[in-house]
Amino acid sequence: MSGFEFSARLDLGDFRLDAAFTGAERVTALFGPSGSGKSTILRLIAGLLRPDEGKIVLAGRTVFDSAARINLPARKRQVGLVFQDGLLFPHLSVRQNLLYGPWVRRAPRPASFERTVDILDIGRLLDRAPRHLSGGERQRVAIGRALLSDPAVLLMDEPVAAVDQERRAEILPYLASLTQEFPVPMIYVSHAMEEVERLAQKVVRIREGRVTET
Amino acid sequence: MDFTPEEWQAIWLTVKVAIVAVIGSVPFAVAIAWVLSYTRFPGKIVVEAMVSLPLVLPPVVTGYALLILLGRHGVVGHFLDQELGIVLAFRWTGAAVAAAVMGFPFMVRGIRLSFDAIDRDLEGAAAGLGAPGWLVFLTVTLPLAVPGLLSGAVLAFGRSLGEFGATITFVSNIPGETRTIASAIYALLQTPDVDSVVLRLCAVSLVLSFASLIASELLIRAGQRRLRR
Repeated sequence: MSGFEFSARLDLGDFRLDAAFTGAERVTALFGPSGSGKSTILRLIAGLLRPDEGKIVLAGRTVFDSAARINLPARKRQVGLVFQDGLLFPHLSVRQNLLYGPWVRRAPRPASFERTVDILDIGRLLDRAPRHLSGGERQRVAIGRALLSDPAVLLMDEPVAAVDQERRAEILPYLASLTQEFPVPMIYVSHAMEEVERLAQKVVRIREGRVTET
Repeated sequence: MDFTPEEWQAIWLTVKVAIVAVIGSVPFAVAIAWVLSYTRFPGKIVVEAMVSLPLVLPPVVTGYALLILLGRHGVVGHFLDQELGIVLAFRWTGAAVAAAVMGFPFMVRGIRLSFDAIDRDLEGAAAGLGAPGWLVFLTVTLPLAVPGLLSGAVLAFGRSLGEFGATITFVSNIPGETRTIASAIYALLQTPDVDSVVLRLCAVSLVLSFASLIASELLIRAGQRRLRR
């Protein structure tokens, strides 16, 4: 089962989130203006934030359930998270960044390594340091790193927002071919309709911490 | 320059004491810096002040405190002597402890600034990729703090080279055991007609201190270059 289920309430004082949605599609987009709570939802799914109340099921596995007192730590959730600015480890090479997930889990080098590197077209960057990459290259490596950690779900937090228009057009095709090649469900956060239309089969609209339309 | 055996002894002892002081205090400095950077607890400001205390306290007071604590009849010193056979007072190892305490604020500060500058999401990313907390620390947090650790260590090393007040109070000024460059200069100043010898030792002291400051600055720059994102 590749779907997911999300419902959570969280009170951060100046911001309140109360949202629920499900998804069985390949790509679900969380769409809404900045500050509407999209990134917060991803952090809740990833286990970097804890809901006051709620239930999160990923690929048939309950990772959080306040009623049943289940709360898996981030490292056990099998979530591939791609942040807005990539967040590559600056002290590691591109190759080491890509293989960080398997390495810390003492897993063998993933069979999909070559293919992932191919699709993302980052083969010639493998021995470089992240600081010598362009914004677009950095994001592609970040996506590859998330994919190679064998995620049950891929979370993309505006992966192209920090990249200029031209580069954006350069990354989106990669994303599109990735979603076809890898059967990993993806939750894609964006405030740009063009990306959402291009990638997602389902759109969840978020406004001020609430789901307004799915 | 031709140094007498006594002078060589003082120079070598100074460097040995500083190296042992710095290496020995690294684990403690990393632990304290981590607690100060990553945790919040009531009374944290007191811990922060205590760490910096050796910077502002008259060194003779620090030395006397060490004597009371770690001297043969001191609270901790008595235990170390009786149970473990370790004596620090009036030994070069005691000089290293005094130097470590005096250099500690620099070391903690360097590491802590590095810890503070680390994007917490970077550690979140490591955890998300499957790394348990201790592995996140070893593979992300600590490597990113290496420039701060090195520059702090070099400053602490420099501070140790110049340590005098706490050292002479805690371990006295015994030739061959605790007589560092600073104590040797002090001892020489008590005798007449030794200006040239004093000047030579002062020059050595100047060179060592200057070199460690330059090294610290270079390490900070290299670290900033390497970790820029």
